[in-house]
Amino acid sequence: MSSVSTSTRQRDVLGTSALRPDGGAKVQGSFAFSSDLWAENMLWGATLRSPHPYARIISIDTTAAWKIAGVETIITHEDVPGQLTYGLISSDQPVFAKDFVRYMGEPVAAVAADHPETCRRALAAIVVEYEVLTPLTDAERALDPTTAPIHPDGNVIRELNIIRGDQKTTGPIVVEGTYELGIQDQAFLGTEAALAIADQDGQGVEVYVATQWLHEDQKQMAACLNLPVDKVRLTLSGVGGAFGAREDISLQVHCALLAMRTQRPIKMQYGREESFFGHVHRHPAKIWMRHHADKDGCIIRVESRMLLDGGAYASTSSAVLTNAATHAQGPYKCENATVSSFAVRTNNPPCGAMRGFGVVQACFAHESQMDKIAAAAGISPVDVRLRNAMKTGDLLITGQPVESVAPVERCIRETDALPMPEDLPATPDPLLLPGGSGRTADRQHIKRGVGWGVSIKNIMYSEGFDDYSTARATLQDGVVMLKFATSEVGQGFVTLAPQIARTVLGVDQVIVEPMDTSIGSAGSTSASRQTWMSGGAVDGACRLVRERLFEHVGRQHNIDPLRLAIDGTDIVDTMGHLRIPVSEATQGQKFEETFEYHHRPTEDLDENGQGNCHVAFAFVAHRAVVDVDTELGLVKVVQVATAQDIGVALNPLSVVGQIEGGIAQGLGLAVMEEIVVDNGRVRNPSFTDYLLPTALDAPVVVAAFVEEPDPQAPLGAKGVGEPPCISVTPAIVAAIRDATGKDLSRVPVRPYDICQ
Amino acid sequence: MTVLIPNTLDEALAMLSDNPSADLLTGGTDMMVEVNFNHRKPSTVIALRRLTELQSWSIDKEQQRVTIGAGVPYAEMERGPLAETLPCLAEAARTVGSPQIRAAGTLGGNLGTCSPAGDGLPVLSALDATVHLLSPTGERQISFHDFMTGPKRNVRASDEIITAVSMNIPNGWQGYAKVGVRNAMVISVASACLVLDHSVSDTRMVRLALGSVGPTIIRCRETESWWNSVPSTQQTATATIDEFGSRAGDESRPIDDHRSTADYRRHAISVLSRRLLTRGTQS
Amino acid sequence: MSEHQIYTLHINGDEHQVKDAWIGESLLYVLRERLGLPGAKGACEQGECGSCTVVLDGDAVCSCLVLAASAVGSDIATVEGLSPDGSLTDVQQAFIDEGAVQCGFCTPGLIMAAHHLLDHNSSPSELEVKEALSGNICRCTGYGRIFAAVDKVVSVRQGASR
Repeated sequence: MSSVSTSTRQRDVLGTSALRPDGGAKVQGSFAFSSDLWAENMLWGATLRSPHPYARIISIDTTAAWKIAGVETIITHEDVPGQLTYGLISSDQPVFAKDFVRYMGEPVAAVAADHPETCRRALAAIVVEYEVLTPLTDAERALDPTTAPIHPDGNVIRELNIIRGDQKTTGPIVVEGTYELGIQDQAFLGTEAALAIADQDGQGVEVYVATQWLHEDQKQMAACLNLPVDKVRLTLSGVGGAFGAREDISLQVHCALLAMRTQRPIKMQYGREESFFGHVHRHPAKIWMRHHADKDGCIIRVESRMLLDGGAYASTSSAVLTNAATHAQGPYKCENATVSSFAVRTNNPPCGAMRGFGVVQACFAHESQMDKIAAAAGISPVDVRLRNAMKTGDLLITGQPVESVAPVERCIRETDALPMPEDLPATPDPLLLPGGSGRTADRQHIKRGVGWGVSIKNIMYSEGFDDYSTARATLQDGVVMLKFATSEVGQGFVTLAPQIARTVLGVDQVIVEPMDTSIGSAGSTSASRQTWMSGGAVDGACRLVRERLFEHVGRQHNIDPLRLAIDGTDIVDTMGHLRIPVSEATQGQKFEETFEYHHRPTEDLDENGQGNCHVAFAFVAHRAVVDVDTELGLVKVVQVATAQDIGVALNPLSVVGQIEGGIAQGLGLAVMEEIVVDNGRVRNPSFTDYLLPTALDAPVVVAAFVEEPDPQAPLGAKGVGEPPCISVTPAIVAAIRDATGKDLSRVPVRPYDICQ
Repeated sequence: MTVLIPNTLDEALAMLSDNPSADLLTGGTDMMVEVNFNHRKPSTVIALRRLTELQSWSIDKEQQRVTIGAGVPYAEMERGPLAETLPCLAEAARTVGSPQIRAAGTLGGNLGTCSPAGDGLPVLSALDATVHLLSPTGERQISFHDFMTGPKRNVRASDEIITAVSMNIPNGWQGYAKVGVRNAMVISVASACLVLDHSVSDTRMVRLALGSVGPTIIRCRETESWWNSVPSTQQTATATIDEFGSRAGDESRPIDDHRSTADYRRHAISVLSRRLLTRGTQS
Repeated sequence: MSEHQIYTLHINGDEHQVKDAWIGESLLYVLRERLGLPGAKGACEQGECGSCTVVLDGDAVCSCLVLAASAVGSDIATVEGLSPDGSLTDVQQAFIDEGAVQCGFCTPGLIMAAHHLLDHNSSPSELEVKEALSGNICRCTGYGRIFAAVDKVVSVRQGASR
């Protein structure tokens, strides 16, 4: 065996809480977000948007706008050189509205001018004649075949049924409910922005943009701009959060087209109000569910009807629907299922990806149901979940066996073991009470409640999509360079990737090159997939490099490369005495490998919703403690305890960050976040009235990691981004029910839901 | 657009005389939002930031009267002798926006805007505050009740600057409460300020003012006179206090909007009024 | 001052001339687009998120709500002024060390608010920290690591002063 390494310092390898490499720039304010970009001779771009949720466009008159000094160009649908529509799944969304506008805020035109103020004046001078139509805003009506279609593709985006097992079986316990979720917004802080610079020959364009998936943007942009894909070069600029809202393109084509038309750099930037209209939101849903259970509360059959309102354009609605429907059973054994689910089109705001992607909706329903089953069976919310808890090998209602590690029982028990918060003191500081400094309540007005939520979440993409990620590793003179197109949106992949390289290659200095389209796709930063997919790609590339390195060292020292290993920062002969630092072995050498990581294939769902359509699953349990002012209906979430199935903690600090951040978002959906839509009109596109949790709303979070390495995962780790925001919402609502006795069935819970 | 920055109050008055349609700017927490969103395009702005004459407050112990300059930021009302003297104002100040907003926002701004949701306004109403206005022709004092005439409407003349508010220090308990959906940076759904004053005739008299539930701040005069006439032995009975709350709710005139419903606002006023009176009579 | 007059702002101890600006621009806009100081960020334009926090005459305020031209003669401090030579303050380092930075968009505003808090209150209680930071929205972290960072600074400073 080799001699003991003399290097005992802590290295930032896998398993350590390595610090973000971009942290220094971010705390100094020098990190360049897309809104910080600037170019010499640049113009500003801005978008004209429809004030109506549904209208026919009679005419667009830009004459007056052209006359304004400082305006360089104005574009409409007539100026789109290639495909007039785009979309992640079906290309049903116009770059600029042509005959119809189908949602409030739909882009109709764009201008480029010397100053944002000039842009604003130019937009105000464009005259659009609309024939205002009655918007379709009721999702049920959208399902009705007699309702006139609001789009050539029809009003039903997708219908998905899951039929499994005995369709008639029932049990002594039958509980049902109809659950509703309002529209949640991702509300990332760094609003949409991009800088586009056209090639002088007019045959290409360079775009710096904050996005979740560079290559998908590139593909859609190329089609609309009528350019070869390799002529649309995208570089990732700093991303101020995403949470799903950057999966669809927003200003990319507009910005690039303005740049190509003016032959000057174009900067586009949305303010907060425009941002609310500029991206997709979480699907509002109405979910009816009925469970049949035995007298012990064990599920016999689940029935559900799910209706998701996708708004004006399809976006990723059909995939969101798959997730919602296939997760109807929750993390529980269930042999019989009858699920019908629909994603429909209306003139409401377009909906698509948001952290949780359909499972948030299903989970609110199934967790609310589990408490009803518990009540009917006379057992506790913990016991009903333990009794039904899934294990590895159990089947989903799609027939897919859960091959992933499935420590559902452990998640529940470990959450249950976490300490409860202390009671409120006799004379609490007002800031501890619901209402805070508003001093609305005294101690005696407060009731405390406890509630539970447990969830399953699929990791990665589904239904036969051959998802992959690409990475290149270069080891030269003791330094590793990593190249990948993985979007860093704050989640910390730029921290993890070097940790992988350090572990595999025994090198400490790792440089992450800019993320752009000069390398192959890394797929989207979504679906909790990047640790697995891009981590797998970086790991794969580094392992190939290590193979080359060992071959080289083996040749040099006449040792079979299979005997070599990395120990700390050295290469050692596991069966001999050789020990050389990696830095020394790589002096004057360059080893470079590119790896494309694919996950194992998945299947489509058949007409009964049967098929192995998902790759893997992660599980989590949440227990929420809330204090409620029952007379005023005000809520303070005191503590959320959670045990999350993460596989392996590759970076504990990053994991905690995802858990705490996800819980805050789930809390927002539970008690305060909703895009209020009235007849297709958004009533609250601002942070004054779209309320995000503040420092005084955040609960104490007590978290435990459940670490059972998943053999399928390249690094043993599951994605951790989404589970924290999923079952926390029903846990909070259950806690409010516990405190108030109210049968709450809608989120966000509003004060008047509690007290009136 | 022109920005004028006077160094003294006299300079400011002269500028305002020359530019009667000018916007007066101190903290900017209302005006700049409108400018940022292009809802307002001022042609002339007179920035009052340097007017130290507006930034002081005083407590006259003899007269039992407080005067607060229109440019005193809310943050300054949250602590110290001013907060000890007028705790209901301190409590209201603490609920304004965020710490950043409280460092900039002023009562002068609240009065200049006169939004029914202005956090300081129910306090001015309950304290029967006097608004001090200055113009080139002299000073004018007007009761707050006469100053605010409707949503975002007041009687300030275009050549007047709000210089201060003054109020008698009540002899008794005072408190403020405000309802919103979240626990910080709360936009008021309903608010109330209650004062119990023994200073007139030794009898404890209640004053109750409501915010965000009508076109102006609502002084619940009927509810006040009803409770003030209840025999003092009955005043703290549960049934009496409950009725106080529901009468206050009846005097409110809330509307439905995207933030809340009229029903909930009325209910919230009842609850707040009841709780404030309970606190006040138990202390 | 009129429409396009040149004016001077005193920022981080230096004089900065503002030229070619429209007089109605907010301090946030001027810092970012005129003066090459993009540390302060805009996420709401209405004082509801704190990303634009700067210190003006000793007060932590939202720069999106300050009319830039009205700040002539005031002392303005931005995040860039905290570490002019690149060496981080203890607050900045603690934010990195405690995982309080994810996407980083809220970070400069929070750093300014945290510094302002600690400049005025060297041993804030847990609730005082939360209230002082309640005007700064973070969408990524859920605030837990931010509180940990502030706590770390407080305990190190207290340890150092003993």
